[in-house]
Amino acid sequence: MTKERFDFKDYIRPRFFPHMWCPGCGHGIVLSSLLRAVHELGLEKNEIVITSGIGCSSRISGYVDFHSLHTIHGRALAFATGVKLSKPSLKAIVPMGDGDALAIGGNHFIHAARRNIDITAIVMNNRIYGMTGGQFSPLSGSGKKATTAPYLTIDREFDIVDLAKSAGATFVARSTVFHAMECKDLLKKAITHKGFSVVEILTQCPTYYGRKNKEGDAIQMMEGYKNNTVKIGSKKLEDNPNLIQRGIFVEKTDVPEYCEAYDRVIQTAMKGKA
Amino acid sequence: MNNQNNITFVQGNEACVEGAIYAGLNFFAGYPITPSTEIAEHLASRLPQKGGKFIQMEDEIASMAAIIGASLTGNKVMTATSGPGFSLKQEALGYACMAEIPCVIANVQRGGPSTGNPTHVSQGDVNQARWGTHGDHAIIALTASNHQDVFHMTVQAFNLAETYRTPVILLLDEVIGHMREKLVIPEPGELPVVERLRTSVKKGVDYHPYLPREDGRLPMSDFGGEHRYNVTGLFHDMWGFPSNDPKVVSELLRHLVDKIETNVNEIAMYKEYWLDDADYVLISYGSSARSAIHMARNRRARGVKIGVLELQTLWPFPAEMVREKCAGAKAVIVVEMNMGQVVTQVKNAVDNPHTVFLANRVDGELISPSDIKTLLRMIQGKGV
Amino acid sequence: MMERSRLVFSGSGGQGVITAAIILAEAAVIYENKNAIQSQSYGAAARGGSTRSDVIIDDTEIFFPKVVQPNILISLTQESYHKFAAIIRPGGLLLVDSKYVKVETKVDARHIALPMYDTVMKKIGKPIVFNICVLGALIGVSNLVKPESILRVLETTIPEDFMDMNKKALDLGFEMGEKERR
Repeated sequence: MTKERFDFKDYIRPRFFPHMWCPGCGHGIVLSSLLRAVHELGLEKNEIVITSGIGCSSRISGYVDFHSLHTIHGRALAFATGVKLSKPSLKAIVPMGDGDALAIGGNHFIHAARRNIDITAIVMNNRIYGMTGGQFSPLSGSGKKATTAPYLTIDREFDIVDLAKSAGATFVARSTVFHAMECKDLLKKAITHKGFSVVEILTQCPTYYGRKNKEGDAIQMMEGYKNNTVKIGSKKLEDNPNLIQRGIFVEKTDVPEYCEAYDRVIQTAMKGKA
Repeated sequence: MNNQNNITFVQGNEACVEGAIYAGLNFFAGYPITPSTEIAEHLASRLPQKGGKFIQMEDEIASMAAIIGASLTGNKVMTATSGPGFSLKQEALGYACMAEIPCVIANVQRGGPSTGNPTHVSQGDVNQARWGTHGDHAIIALTASNHQDVFHMTVQAFNLAETYRTPVILLLDEVIGHMREKLVIPEPGELPVVERLRTSVKKGVDYHPYLPREDGRLPMSDFGGEHRYNVTGLFHDMWGFPSNDPKVVSELLRHLVDKIETNVNEIAMYKEYWLDDADYVLISYGSSARSAIHMARNRRARGVKIGVLELQTLWPFPAEMVREKCAGAKAVIVVEMNMGQVVTQVKNAVDNPHTVFLANRVDGELISPSDIKTLLRMIQGKGV
Repeated sequence: MMERSRLVFSGSGGQGVITAAIILAEAAVIYENKNAIQSQSYGAAARGGSTRSDVIIDDTEIFFPKVVQPNILISLTQESYHKFAAIIRPGGLLLVDSKYVKVETKVDARHIALPMYDTVMKKIGKPIVFNICVLGALIGVSNLVKPESILRVLETTIPEDFMDMNKKALDLGFEMGEKERR
């Protein structure tokens, strides 16, 4: 499968570096996993369009040497829908932050899943708005400290996996930046999957989330991902049901992909005309 | 739609659809909203017949976003909406201005603000078309008063979008969108159609997506092609690389404004009726221009020296042309269905702003020839 | 050169009033080389209620598209008759269905009440072609367009199986109308 040894320099745009992520940020590991996945799949750079919105995570699109579309807050999936439907031969990858994907962009997220359009959505979940300086997100959960929750949050969080599942995504997976190889493997499967795929990756924001919530520095937060997560169905869940499960939650192949379904609409319309 | 030798009898919204197809539209994304919905309905049927794509998105914002994405893969794209939806699209519209992505947005105007008067006519979005999105920018907005012109202006909207790499707004209104009248569909080649200018830079040679040629045009490269580049809503250099370097920021903003404002005379389209010796000049556009022309024709028959300047380009505002056309007039009456949006521009344009009057109607009904006549009589000192 | 014809079609939603107006205007434009405009008032409700559609037909260009004073008013319900009878142009023509409309106050217009609905039900039995019968009666009285032009529009808009029924309805209306022609 792999033609040559992986060299990240083959996939990045040097002029965009150094990147703007803080020391200890988990996003670089997501970038690395993504590039390795693309490399191992042997994809051509010209066949990939990476579309993002606004936030720390969204800067990924500029760093990679694919066709890149850095758009407006929350709407990346809608832009990507236009890209993909208009040229289905392209691979559409959409990295998003948790606020971008599920607060301002929540509507697009559920409808892209409902359509089952062949887009890979990567939700880089750091449970905070990092770029704007540490406001709570819909993934922060209650009892957390944030600049907009000086008396602790009272908002409950989403479960991204459950949401994606019930909205109709046909591939749903979760991992963490501690499990970089697992991330890469899940991303490979998600990109290969024909239909809407969601990969949630837990990634630390030591600057605004860890520090404020006494979860320590980057290393301690990554240790948390190691200790507080298990593979789906692990026996450890019997002792501690609060452990976060990792792996593939949904993988369906019997749902029509949107662009292919539209091709059949075209066939019908052309027949009706003739 | 029925036809004999390309003669059709259709709604204005359908004339817009036919114009868009003629111009080469092949991707439409939209969300239902009165009174523009027929545009989406007809395209849902027409586009797949020619291998194009139609998608009904989850909301207005998503529709605007989707057409921008589809434009980047090399398609001529459009969305259609009305006031509330137009408001929602504004952020993404600004993105298309900044990232210089050709697209057409039809706004079939209804009464506002808010839900307003959904099934009734208004021309209240003229200023929203100009300043709806945030930040300094230039914009092109066209309008039309009859179906032949709706067709023609739709083709022009696509042509200008490609020529200037910019979003173009088609400001129709409920009366024009819904009423039916004759449309003769031109033969292919009868109207000029501007195709996308693609770069001639070969694979392996640096392509600068944001470096204008000497003639000001910026050749594009389709997503999926040999040139991989960055498209962003941030200020950016000729590579598409984000920058907050004051020089880069200032140069880009000036470019975005100048590429349109310095071509105001090229972009200005208008029609004139009996202006040569006119003491009274009516300036109007869209459906209200029909009432202005109707009224002027009747007054002319009674010996009144009155003429009409019908604007088809509203933005960039053709101030110089308007000043010239009004130079000999005793009075200028701007006929529009809002509280005075174009009249402000006309006052700024002419030599004698105190001779400019507003004939308006804002109750959801089409302004009538007698509404305008009443104001004319008052200006003439004849009473009502 | 013809005189400008300004028509208001009125009735209740579902009677096919708007469709009839469109067919007439389309026939005038496409098959008789005239100018015509059709417009209608839009409300949020798709069915029921009072419906109005305006048509203007002329040889010259038509600018203002609305009808202020119709020289022909067609009313198919008592409600619409009450609502619009007063706007008819003096000396105009008022065409109503005798089952649905009882003509009360006399306006300065020629009143023609024809049993269009009852005839359709008796001879065809399908209320769906009532509007085509009305159209037949209208062109029978007014000579606005030729029946063939209406038929040609119908041929392109309705399924073949329904053509005979529509043609019959048009003929029935035309015969009734023609008798009233002056």
